[in-house]
Amino acid sequence: MRITQGCFSFLPDLTDEQISAQVEYCLERDWAIGIEYTDDPHPRNTYWEMWGNPMFDLRDARGVMMELDECRKANADAYIRINAFDSTRGWETVRMSFIVNRPKIEPKIDMTRFDAAGRSQRYGWRAVR
Amino acid sequence: MAGARYVEQAKGNGMTQAAEKHDDPPQTVDLAEEYRASGVAEVLDELDRELVGLKPVKQRIREIAALLIVERARQTMGLTHETPTLHMSFTGNPGTGKTTVAMRMANILHRLGYIRKGHLVSVTRDDLVGQYIGHTAPKTKEVLKKAMGGVLFIDEAYYLYRPDNERDYGQEAIEILLQVMENNREDLVVILAGYADRMDKFFESNPGFRSRIAHHIDFPDYGDDELLNIAETMLEAQNYHLDPQARDVMANYIELRRVQPHFANARSIRNALDRARLRQANRIFSTSKGPVTAEDLSTIRAEDISVSRVFTMGVPDSSKGC
Repeated sequence: MRITQGCFSFLPDLTDEQISAQVEYCLERDWAIGIEYTDDPHPRNTYWEMWGNPMFDLRDARGVMMELDECRKANADAYIRINAFDSTRGWETVRMSFIVNRPKIEPKIDMTRFDAAGRSQRYGWRAVR
Repeated sequence: MAGARYVEQAKGNGMTQAAEKHDDPPQTVDLAEEYRASGVAEVLDELDRELVGLKPVKQRIREIAALLIVERARQTMGLTHETPTLHMSFTGNPGTGKTTVAMRMANILHRLGYIRKGHLVSVTRDDLVGQYIGHTAPKTKEVLKKAMGGVLFIDEAYYLYRPDNERDYGQEAIEILLQVMENNREDLVVILAGYADRMDKFFESNPGFRSRIAHHIDFPDYGDDELLNIAETMLEAQNYHLDPQARDVMANYIELRRVQPHFANARSIRNALDRARLRQANRIFSTSKGPVTAEDLSTIRAEDISVSRVFTMGVPDSSKGC
C-alpha cells in the first residue's frame, strides 16, 4: 500500500532533479536539511532514524544529494524522507517534509479491532509485510 | 504549499527546455556579446584596478575567462563540450595575495556561470582532519558539502600530508578530497594555496593532486614601486595618506625591509603601516596643543616611519617579522 506522508505524497515519486529543486527551495530560505530513514511507516512512528546530523549552512542542493545517495546505498529498501527545519522562531521547526525513497514492496497497514471495557470496540493499525 | 508550486514551475521550465532542443542551434555566436553579457569585463577591470601587480596571475585569470566563454558558446551551438577542470593551486611567498585572489576567483567563476553559488569556503588542516579514528571522513565531508556550488580554498595545503607520521589522518582527508575533486568537477572548485617550495614537496608525495589540478598559478613577489603603491592604496582605504617626505621614507623603508629576514611582501607593508599609525597617534597626542584638524589626524609624516628599527639595525623590528 502506498504510504502517504508529508508533502507531495499524492504525486508520483519525485525524480532526483525535482528533489534537488525542492532542496534548493529550502536552502534559499535558510532552512537546515535532515535526512531520516525507517522501515516502519506506521503513521504514529514519528521518530525515524537520522542519517547523520542535520545539515546546516549548506549553500547548494548538491551536498544534500550526495548524502541522500549514500543513504540510499545503505538503505535501499527503506523509507527515506527529507526534513527541512526553520529556525526563525529560535528553535528548529519542521517546515517541510517529504518522502524521497520507498521500499520496492511497501508494507500494508492493517486495521485490527480489539474488545475494550463493556462491549466497546477499539481500533488499531499495524504495518504488515 | 509553496513547495508544490515550485514543482509546477520546475515542470514548466523542463517543458520550455525540451521545446528549445528541437530548434536548430544558432549558426554563429557573437563572442564579444557573450563577453559583455557575462559581466566578466567588469570583474577583470575591477581586478586590474584594485590589485596591484600580479601580471601572470591576471593573465591566467583572463585565459580561464576566455576558455569558459568559448565553452559556453560551443554549448549553445551544440558542439560537444566537456566541463573543464578548474581546480587550481596558488603558490607564492607570504603576503603575495593568494587569499585575496581566491576570494575574487569565486566571484569570477560565479559570474561566468561555472559555479552555481559563488561563495568561498576557506579552510585549513584543522577543519578537515579529525582527532581520532573515524572523525576525519565526516569532518571532511561536512566541509565539502558546505563548499558545494562554490570554491573550497585550502590554505597551507601541505599540512594535510605529514610524511613523518604514517598513521596521520591527513591521508584520509586527502583521499576524500581527491575523490570529490574527480567526481564533482561541475559542483565545486578546489583551490590549494601555500608557499612554493613546500607545495612542490606536497605534490611530489601526492601525485594524484598534481594531475587533478589543471592550473598551477605562481604568485610573484612585488616590486618596490608596487609595494609603495599597495601602501598608498591601503592607507587610502583607511582614510589616511602619506605626506611627500613620508612617501620617500616609505620607499626607502621598503628597499631596506626587503633584504631583512621574514619579509612578507604586502603583509609586511600592512604591519609597517599599522605601526606607523600607532606612532602617528602618539605623536599627535603628545605634541598637539589645542584643537587638531582632520588633515592632522589623517596625515602620516616622515617621522612616523623613520623611527622604525628597520632603518637603524639589520634586524626587523619585531621578532615575528612581518
